[in-house]
Amino acid sequence: MILDSQTPLKVSIAATIASLALVLVVFELIRSRRLRERYALLWLLTGLVLVVLSAWRGGLNTIAGWLGVRGYPPAVLFAVGLLFVIVVLLHYSTVISRLSDQNVILAQRLALLETRLAESELGRAVPGDGALEPVAQARSRLEAEELPRT
Amino acid sequence: MSSDAPRRLAVVPAYNEERAIGGVIEALHDFDPALDVVVVSDGSVDGTAAAAERAGARVIRLPFNLGIGGAVQTGFRYGWENGYELVVRCDGDGQHVPSELAKVVAPVVAGDADIAVGSRFVGSDSYRSSASRRVGIRLLALIVSTIARQKVTDTTSGFQALNRRALGLFAADYPHDYPEVEGMVMTIKHRLRLVEVPVEMREREHGRSSITALRSIYYMAKVLTALFVGLFRRNVVPET
Repeated sequence: MILDSQTPLKVSIAATIASLALVLVVFELIRSRRLRERYALLWLLTGLVLVVLSAWRGGLNTIAGWLGVRGYPPAVLFAVGLLFVIVVLLHYSTVISRLSDQNVILAQRLALLETRLAESELGRAVPGDGALEPVAQARSRLEAEELPRT
Repeated sequence: MSSDAPRRLAVVPAYNEERAIGGVIEALHDFDPALDVVVVSDGSVDGTAAAAERAGARVIRLPFNLGIGGAVQTGFRYGWENGYELVVRCDGDGQHVPSELAKVVAPVVAGDADIAVGSRFVGSDSYRSSASRRVGIRLLALIVSTIARQKVTDTTSGFQALNRRALGLFAADYPHDYPEVEGMVMTIKHRLRLVEVPVEMREREHGRSSITALRSIYYMAKVLTALFVGLFRRNVVPET
């Protein structure tokens, strides 16, 4: 029978505190609106799994046994943490890809819109106020100013 | 702008609803010819926008899909920026019945509420939906009722009427992913008056529902998280 080492208590406490800190930080980021829930769910799951595995040494030992890790069960904590972080990074890569695509669409639509505005003279502001003026008015004003129309 | 009557707008979010949208707009015009209708096409890739224009509605074409929250908020911003006093939401998929709007509009027009929500579950039990969805909705309603300290029964209903005050709140800040639930909590936390009125709704006529079983679980997790965290927020509304 193989003698499994137990996770040292100090390690367990430190890991639990660190994982709890992660959960609390993520929670606070959501609360203060700097992180949207849909992107935070994976982080919360990571944090919770790590808290459970850190605090529950028996469970960590069991899982370490399944994976063939005998000398140092906390190695499983690293592995799990790393795995989750990889998943989160992958997820964020897809989010960034989508945002990039949307950004391109916005840039193009904006540029085309500005071109249309410029071509139709509607982009000319009435002197003295910031409002846009209707086409008919712009035409009469231009004629009065005797400026060449494009 | 000579009329003294409150200007009314119907916001109709639609995503690939080219078959249903015409009927919805017609029914809205039948319900109230003075109602301005704006369809927000949420990045539709079919003929939704064209069909809506043919039916006589104004159309806002979003450049890509934002989801129901983003689309509806676009309509609310439009309403706010154009000075509307009363805004209703009626979805473009045909689930909402325009003639039922009278019930939802009444409390807001009477000044008894800032926002009125049409509920499928107040009193009547005739709305049929899958069992799991009903349980989910009931559970959510229970949770929101507890948080809000006010009894609510239908936390996923988008069939709503808003006065200018509620409109200002949502135009500035509207939850994007699953807005009806968080929106309800928001209004109550901001001390706006919310009432529910019983209404009838239809099953989806065309197209597919965007909620599958797996998404329901994800949905519940996200909403419960959002609700839980929302408990700890101060009620600061960001600049419009």
